[in-house]
Amino acid sequence: MNISYTVLIPLIPLAVFLLLGLNSQKIKPAISGYIGVLGLSVSAALSFYTAYQYFLVDGKVDDVYQTFVNKSVWMNFTETLHIDIGILIDPISVMMLVVVSTVSLMVHIYSRGYMKGDEGYTRFFAYLSLFTFSMYGLVLATNLFQIYIFWELVGVSSFLLIGYYYTKPSAVSAAKKAFIVTRFADLGFLIGILIMGYYAGSYDFETLNNPEGSVILNGASTSFMGLSVITWALLLIFMGGAGKSAMFPLHIWLPDAMEGPTPVSALIHAATMVVAGVFLVARLFPMFYFVENGFALNIVAYVGAFSALFAAIIAITQTDIKRVLAFSTMSQLGYMMLALGVSGYDGHEGVGYMASMFHLFTHAMFKALLFLGAGSVIHAVHSNYLKDMGGLYKYMPITNITFLIAALAIAGVPPFAGFWSKDEILVAAFEHNKFIYYIGVFVAGLTAFYMFRIYFGIFWGKEKTYEHKPHESPLSMTIPLMVLALLSVVAGFIPFSEFITPDKVGFEAHLNYPLAAIATGVGLFGIFFAWIFYKNENSLSDTYAKAFGPFYKWASDKFYFDEIYLFITKKIIFNLISAPIAKFDKKYVDGTMEGIGNKTILISNKIKGIQSGKFQDYAFSFVMGAVIIALVFIYLWTN
Amino acid sequence: MNFSSFLLMRQEMILLTIILLLLVAEISLPKAKKQSIVHLAIFLFGINTIVGFFAIETSSWFGGMFHTNGLIHFFKNVLNVGVFILLLQSADWLQEKIVDNNKGTEFFILLFSSLLGMYFMISAGDFLMFYLGLELSTLPVAALAAFEVTKRISSEAGIKFILSAALASGVSLFGISMLYATSGSIYFDDIITMIASTNLTLLGFILFFAGLAFKISLVPFHFWTADVYEGAPISVASYLSVISKGAAVFILMILLFTVFKNLMHVWENIIYVVALATMFIGNLFALRQQNMKRFLAFSSIAQAGFILLGLMTGNQLGTATIIYFVMIYVFSNLAAFGVVQAISLKTGKENMNDYEGLYRTNPNLSLVMMLALFSLAGIPPVAGFFGKFFLFTAAASKGYYLLVFLAVVNVTISLYYYLLVVRAMFLRTSDQAIPYFKNKLYMKLGLLVTVIGILVLGLYSPLYDYIFELSKHLN
Repeated sequence: MNISYTVLIPLIPLAVFLLLGLNSQKIKPAISGYIGVLGLSVSAALSFYTAYQYFLVDGKVDDVYQTFVNKSVWMNFTETLHIDIGILIDPISVMMLVVVSTVSLMVHIYSRGYMKGDEGYTRFFAYLSLFTFSMYGLVLATNLFQIYIFWELVGVSSFLLIGYYYTKPSAVSAAKKAFIVTRFADLGFLIGILIMGYYAGSYDFETLNNPEGSVILNGASTSFMGLSVITWALLLIFMGGAGKSAMFPLHIWLPDAMEGPTPVSALIHAATMVVAGVFLVARLFPMFYFVENGFALNIVAYVGAFSALFAAIIAITQTDIKRVLAFSTMSQLGYMMLALGVSGYDGHEGVGYMASMFHLFTHAMFKALLFLGAGSVIHAVHSNYLKDMGGLYKYMPITNITFLIAALAIAGVPPFAGFWSKDEILVAAFEHNKFIYYIGVFVAGLTAFYMFRIYFGIFWGKEKTYEHKPHESPLSMTIPLMVLALLSVVAGFIPFSEFITPDKVGFEAHLNYPLAAIATGVGLFGIFFAWIFYKNENSLSDTYAKAFGPFYKWASDKFYFDEIYLFITKKIIFNLISAPIAKFDKKYVDGTMEGIGNKTILISNKIKGIQSGKFQDYAFSFVMGAVIIALVFIYLWTN
Repeated sequence: MNFSSFLLMRQEMILLTIILLLLVAEISLPKAKKQSIVHLAIFLFGINTIVGFFAIETSSWFGGMFHTNGLIHFFKNVLNVGVFILLLQSADWLQEKIVDNNKGTEFFILLFSSLLGMYFMISAGDFLMFYLGLELSTLPVAALAAFEVTKRISSEAGIKFILSAALASGVSLFGISMLYATSGSIYFDDIITMIASTNLTLLGFILFFAGLAFKISLVPFHFWTADVYEGAPISVASYLSVISKGAAVFILMILLFTVFKNLMHVWENIIYVVALATMFIGNLFALRQQNMKRFLAFSSIAQAGFILLGLMTGNQLGTATIIYFVMIYVFSNLAAFGVVQAISLKTGKENMNDYEGLYRTNPNLSLVMMLALFSLAGIPPVAGFFGKFFLFTAAASKGYYLLVFLAVVNVTISLYYYLLVVRAMFLRTSDQAIPYFKNKLYMKLGLLVTVIGILVLGLYSPLYDYIFELSKHLN
C-alpha cells in the first residue's frame, strides 16, 4: 500500500496555521473561517480515504493487518541510537486519523457560528489548526521521540486555546495550570524515554513492540528496585499518559480547562488530546503486556478503574454543566484505560484492547456531541450553571434531541454507540478481573445517572426566567450536532473486532447477552433515578441530599480533594519536591504569582539576604565557596 | 617559522587589525561623521566572521603556547557569530544614545579586545597564555558595564564587576601557581602527564576552577551576575551572559577533558554538587524577578547548571552535546536579550508587567520572544528541547539518574517562569501596553538571525553530526 500521500494530512493544517498565524491582522475573519474549514476538509477527506484503503482494500496480507512505515533518519544521536521522523500506518493510527478528522472538522464548522463576532476569530482558527496538526503528528508518530515532540506541541496548543479568553483571569490561570500539570507528568515520560533509549537501544515502535524482539525478550534482565528497568520506563511513560488523559491524581487540570471556549473543550478535552494517553498505552501495548508478565499493565488497569469511579462520583455533584462533562470525560477515559489493563494479546483474548479503542472511537463522537450541545445551550442562556437552565426543550428542539441521543449513548442504552463499546469493555473485565468488572458496572449506573441529571435539568425541569428568550442555534452549529448525533447512533455497529486487535488479526465479537442485560439494566436504573430526582424538580433530590447528609456534602466538595491536595502540597511535599507540586496549589488557580507562589517566594525571600547587593558579602561567599569545596573534596578524596 | 604558521593565528590578527583600524577611524573622522563608525565596525566584523569559516589546520605555535585545531576554530566561530548578532542588536542603541557622546568607538574597541582575549584563552597551550587571555577578556568588560556613566546603577555594575573579576582571577592565579608547584610546568601537555591526586594539586585545581566558575556564574560564585546584568547596558549584559559564558564553558571543557582528565574522579563530584546548586538557586531566584534583565540573569545561571550535566560524562558524546547546547543557548538568549533591548530602547521599559498585551501591539516581537523562551524552557520541537534532551541522555548514559531526574524537575520549574512572560505577552491585556513600533534594519536583522539559528539548530540535523565529528578532537 502506497502511503506517501498521508504526509499531507498533517501538513495541510500546518500550512493553514502558518498562513493564519502570521497574517492574523490582515485576513478577514470570515475568510479565515473558510480557510480553516477548507484545509481541514481536505485533510479529513484524505484520512477517510486512507481508512477505506487500509481497512477495506489494501491493508491486509493473509488476514493480518500490516504496518506501513515511511520514515527517514532525522538525527544520529550516537552510533547506535538515532531519531527518526516519519509516518506509521497501522490499525490504531488510522482509526485515530478518522477520529481526529471527524471531530476536528465538526468543531471547525461549529466554531464558525459559535465564535462569530469574537475579536480573535482568526487567531482562534490558527490555534485550532496548530492543534490539529500536532494531533495528527502524534497519532502518526513512528517512534517515542517523535510522539513526545508532538505530545508537547499538543500541550502548547491546548495552553493557547484554554487561555483564549484572556480577559478572564480564570481562563489564563487554567491554561497555565493545564500546561504545567501535564508537563509535570511529562517529566516521567521524558525520563521513561531516556531509560528506553539507553536500555532498549531504540525509540522505534516496531523494534520495541516486536513480541519476538530482543527488547521484550530480554527486557526484564536489568532490574532496579525489584522491577526491570523496562517496566520502570513503561510506568514512567504511563505517568505522561496519565497526565494527558487526566488519570487520578494528575486529573486536576481538566475541570479547570473548561474555561476555554466550548468548541475547544469538545475537541481537545473530550475527543482528541485527552485520549492521547490511552493511545500511548495502546501504542506500546505489546510491551505493556509482555514485559514482566504485564506488571505495568496491571497498574494501568487499577489506575483506570479508580479514576473512572472517582470521577463519576464527583460528576454527580457538579453544578457547572461543563464541569460535569469534564469529570465524565475523566471517568470514561478511566474506562478505556481499564479496558487496556485487562486485555490479553492473542485472538479473542485481545477483546479489552479492541474494546478500549472502540470506546475511544464512540466516546469521541458522543462526548464531542455533548460538549457542542452544551455549547449551544450556553450560547442560548449565557450561563454555564444548571440553576440558570430549565425547560429549554421548547426553544431548542435540535439541541434537545441530539443531546438526548448523546446522553443515551454514554449511558449505554442500546442501540446507541456507547452500549456496544461499553459492553465489550465489561466483557473483557468480566473475563479477566471480576473486581474491576464490578467497579465498571457501578460506574455505568453512575454515568447514566449524572448524565440524565443534567439532561433533565437543562431541557425539562422548571422553566427559568430568561433575560433574552432562548432560541435555537444557527445552522452552522446545529449541522455538526446532527452529524455527530447520527454517528453516535451508527458508530456502534462498526465491527471493530475485525479491524483493531492487538495481534492485528480480526476476530468476530459476539454480544454477551447476560452481561449486556445487566449493564443496560444498571444504566436504565440510573436514568430512572435521575428522572425521579430531576424530571419535575421536586424536593425529592434535596430530601435525599439531606438523608445522605455528610456523604453528599463530602462528595459535593470533591471528597475535599482540593483541600487535601492543599494540605499535602503546602505542608509536606513542598519541602521535598518543591515547586512542581506546589503548582497544584489551590491559590495558583487565582492565576497570580501565588500558589507555587507564596512558598517558593518565601524560600526565595529567605535566601534573598544572600543577594545583598554588597560586594563584601559576595567576596565572602566566593572565597568561602572555594574553601568549602576544597575542604569537602580534599577531605573526601583523602579518606 | 614560515608564513603559513602565521595563518594559524589569522583570526587573532584580523581582529587586532580591526581594532587598530577603528582607532585610526576614531582619530581621523570628523565629529559629524561619527555615526558611520557603527556601520564600519559591523562591516569589518562581518568580514572577520566570514573569514573565520575557512578551515584551519591542526597545529601549535610559540613552542606550544598557542595551538589550534578544528574544534577550537569552531568555538571561535560560534563566538564570532554571537558577537556579530550582538553588534546588529546594539547598533541602534549605539547610534541613538552613545555615539553622540563621542564614545561609540570605545565600545567596539573594548568589546573586540575582550573577544580577542577569549580567542587566546581558548587557543591557549599553557597556563600563562590562558591567564593572559582570561584577563584580556574580562577587564574591558568592566569598562563596558560602566558604559552609561551618567547612570549610577551602571557605574555600580562596573565597580562590582571589576572587584569580583579581580578576586576571581586572583584566586585562579593562586590555584595555577599551586599546579605549577606540583607539576613543575605550566604547559598543558606536561601537566597532563605529571598530574597526580595530591592535596596541593587538588587545592590548586579547585581554586583554578573557582576562577572559571565565576565567569560561567556557577553557584556559589554567581553573586555578581544579577547586579551587573541589571546595571550594565543591555548589550553588555547580553555579552556577559552569552559570549563570555560560552567562551568560559568551552575552555573549562577543554581543560577538564584534557589537562585534568586524570582527576576526573574528583572533579565529577565537584561538578555534580555545583550543577545541582546552580540549577536550583538559579531557578528559585528567577521565579521572583520582575526586571527582565535580572530575570534573564538568573535564568542563564540555571541554564549553566544544565551545561554541567554534559561535563560529567568526559567523553565525545558529552563534548558534542555541550557544544550543541551552548550554540542553541547563544541563539536563544541573544533572541531574548534582543527583544528586551529593542523594547527598552524605544520605551525604556524593562519590567515583566510592561510586556502585558505585547502580542496585540507588536506580534512579531512577541513571537520572537516566545520562540526564544520556549527554546530556553526546552519545549519541543524548538531547538532548546533537543539541547536539553541530549545533555540529559549523555548524563544518563553515565548512570547519573538522580541528577537527571533533578534536572528534569528543574526544567519544569523553569517552564513556570518562562511561561510568566509568555502569559504576559499573549494572554494578558493592558491599558498601558507598549504601543506598536518599528525596528530599524540592524535590529530586525539581529533578531532574524537568531530566529533562523534557533530553527535551523533544531531542525537541521547534519549540524549535530558535524559537531559530533568535531568533538573527536578532545577525546
